[in-house]
Amino acid sequence: MDLELLSRIQFAFTISFHYIFPPLSIGLGLILVFMEGMYLKTKNILYENMTKFWVKIFALTFAIGVASGIVMEFEFGTNWATYSRYVGDIFGSALAAEGIFAFFLESGFLAILVFGWNRVGPVTHFVSTIMVSLGSMLSAVWIVVANSWQQTPAGYHIVGEGLNSRAEITDFWEMVFNPSSVERLSHVLSGAWLAGAFLVISVSAYYIIKNRHIDFAKSSIKFGLSLALFAALFQLFTGHQSAIGISENQPVKLAAFEAHYDSLASGDLYLFGWVNEESQKVDFGLAIPGMLSYLVHGNSDKPILGINAFTEDERPPINIVFQTYHLMVAIGFFLIAVTILSVFLWWRRKLFAYKWFLWILVFSVLAPQIANQVGWYSAEIGRQPWIVYGLLRTSDALSAAVNAEQVLFSLILFVIIYSLLFVLFIYLLNEKIKHGPDDVDSSYNEYQNQKVLFSKSK
Amino acid sequence: MDFTFDLNTIWFILIGVLLTGYAFLDGFDLGVGSIHLFVKGDTERRIMLNSIGPVWDGNEVWLVTGGGALFAAFPHVYATVFSGFYSAFMFLLFALIFRAVAIEFRSKRPMLWWRKMWDISFSASSILIAFLMGLALGNIVKGIPLGHDKEFIGSFTDLITPYTILVGVTTVAMFMMHGTIYATMKTEGELQVKLKSWVNNSIIFFIICFITTTMATLIYFPHMTEPFKLHPEFFLIAILNMLAIANIPREIHHNREFFAFLSSGAGIVFTLALFSLGLFPNFVISNPNPEFSLTIYNAASSQKTLGIMLTMAVIGIPFVLAYTISIYWVFRGKVRIDSMSY
Repeated sequence: MDLELLSRIQFAFTISFHYIFPPLSIGLGLILVFMEGMYLKTKNILYENMTKFWVKIFALTFAIGVASGIVMEFEFGTNWATYSRYVGDIFGSALAAEGIFAFFLESGFLAILVFGWNRVGPVTHFVSTIMVSLGSMLSAVWIVVANSWQQTPAGYHIVGEGLNSRAEITDFWEMVFNPSSVERLSHVLSGAWLAGAFLVISVSAYYIIKNRHIDFAKSSIKFGLSLALFAALFQLFTGHQSAIGISENQPVKLAAFEAHYDSLASGDLYLFGWVNEESQKVDFGLAIPGMLSYLVHGNSDKPILGINAFTEDERPPINIVFQTYHLMVAIGFFLIAVTILSVFLWWRRKLFAYKWFLWILVFSVLAPQIANQVGWYSAEIGRQPWIVYGLLRTSDALSAAVNAEQVLFSLILFVIIYSLLFVLFIYLLNEKIKHGPDDVDSSYNEYQNQKVLFSKSK
Repeated sequence: MDFTFDLNTIWFILIGVLLTGYAFLDGFDLGVGSIHLFVKGDTERRIMLNSIGPVWDGNEVWLVTGGGALFAAFPHVYATVFSGFYSAFMFLLFALIFRAVAIEFRSKRPMLWWRKMWDISFSASSILIAFLMGLALGNIVKGIPLGHDKEFIGSFTDLITPYTILVGVTTVAMFMMHGTIYATMKTEGELQVKLKSWVNNSIIFFIICFITTTMATLIYFPHMTEPFKLHPEFFLIAILNMLAIANIPREIHHNREFFAFLSSGAGIVFTLALFSLGLFPNFVISNPNPEFSLTIYNAASSQKTLGIMLTMAVIGIPFVLAYTISIYWVFRGKVRIDSMSY
């Protein structure tokens, strides 16, 4: 296999695995702020137990996020050295800013959040929880800024020629607030809030079905639903804003989203379909005619720039972008429906009445995860063949000192190690959930027993 | 060699500070990991793990931020070293992954085999990380083959030589000493007595490695000594380094573990200062063809970026120091195990 393909697969694999965890930390972190805030306000022990239980889940997701995140920090240099030389001034600055402004904040206060219960007062602890949540979101800010610059470069100029050319900053704030930063950041953050909220909703719904930890579950699910309601609706808004932005800044990506080939025609909005890239038609599709034009221009007859306006070497692969994009949108609407229905039932005091509906909530935890993943796929594959849109091609960005065998070897190891980690994560999460929140006060004794277990086995 | 106090020099120093901060802080938790398996008993091992529990993650951020700062300030160094040392770095990353999850997973389940597995994983990865860091450092001293286009033109096996292995082992010894002292400081009772008895051995192991490495460097890589010939006042650092290490047994003898820990930390700081001075103004020496070396000038970002980054550093560093000091203050004193501990 060739170096470019292997490097892309490795990057996609490592970032996809990593991206299971930070959204959970961001979403759960925000929920922890609300739970602990309620505890401080009401002094109700239930909220303390809730906070402590979800802190443990948070710590588990955070640990794997850190472990798989270190890989990302260095993988630009190992596999994309030419890219690193080209964008170091800009992309590097954003990564360094993430380290100094977000990671130190997050990791420092995480210590107090997880281990500091008996070491600091309740208010200091609450402040730490807020800081961890803030840190996790600041980290998203810088990494999305860096990625958005790849999508819509701004505030830079190119110095040097050919292999020696590099992008250098001319205006830092223009680079940070490049045309897609704000809408993409809000889109990413609301996706992350949904991931965290639905984890809480899912576990709580499971307890209610199993008739365990009822007070805990009924209270937790309300925190989850409140955040989910806001995030799901906000997601609709940010998604729309992003699409408008893409139509201006990356028209070929928007055309790929809807497999819109003909520049003279108005754009249709597909609900689903299968793109035949040969015939440039969508098979088995269902579309709302002119809806894309309406959404972008407010006029359903106005033509939209099509894929055919771009040469072959400027187009991304169409069908995979189409499919991932539509899956994301479909899940987004599913989440809006589920959340609104849940809040309606909650209002009617029927939320816990229908077991089948609670089961839907249990499995809904997968929905934001899948949507976050495929949303990124459509954004990143939709940018191809560019690594920096319009400036540097992915095929020109590789490491000259690395060969395909080395990448194949590391890729195989990543697949093995991450599969193992994923299984262990699910196993530990499941054990934690089965064990439930009441272990908060009794785990010390649990470990006391293990000492006996150890000395016996010697 | 002249020092001009320009942005490039400031960033060489700041990267040095970040990586030295990493060695000082993560150095002790890697060191605790390196002796973890010598400690027997589940409770004792939990105490070891929880002595670094609240802080190891923050310590690792120094490495991550150092990597980010290197990417931004000296992108050619970041690109050349990381792609050139590809396989070695992949092993480093795998070790970092296993270490992080070992700490998190170990005490989550009660099974003996489970805890043993993660104990071994934690300890082995700690040693491997220290060794690979040293191996990289050794290669930087020795110089690596670079082409005119700043790309590494050697192979993985070029990186493994007797000298680089020696530096790797010395790094393990240094962190082992640092970590043993830290663990002594954080424990009490029987466990502390046992750890204390290991401190002297770890100092002896380190000094043997350190002297051997120093001799090998002086004999085989005399370019590292040039700055000290031009500026004899720098030799003072070498003297301070020896005094700091010699001070450790004295502080231990007087039961002042905290000062012993500061002394071994000072030893790490001075050792890395000597290394950085020997290297300056090069970042990565090309061997052969020294004209292709990466220096603080030909490998740097634009002056504008270095200036922006300096502003960030000036804003960020007071916060970073404030968090770091407060966290260590909150978790001062002996390890206490409670329901939230590892």
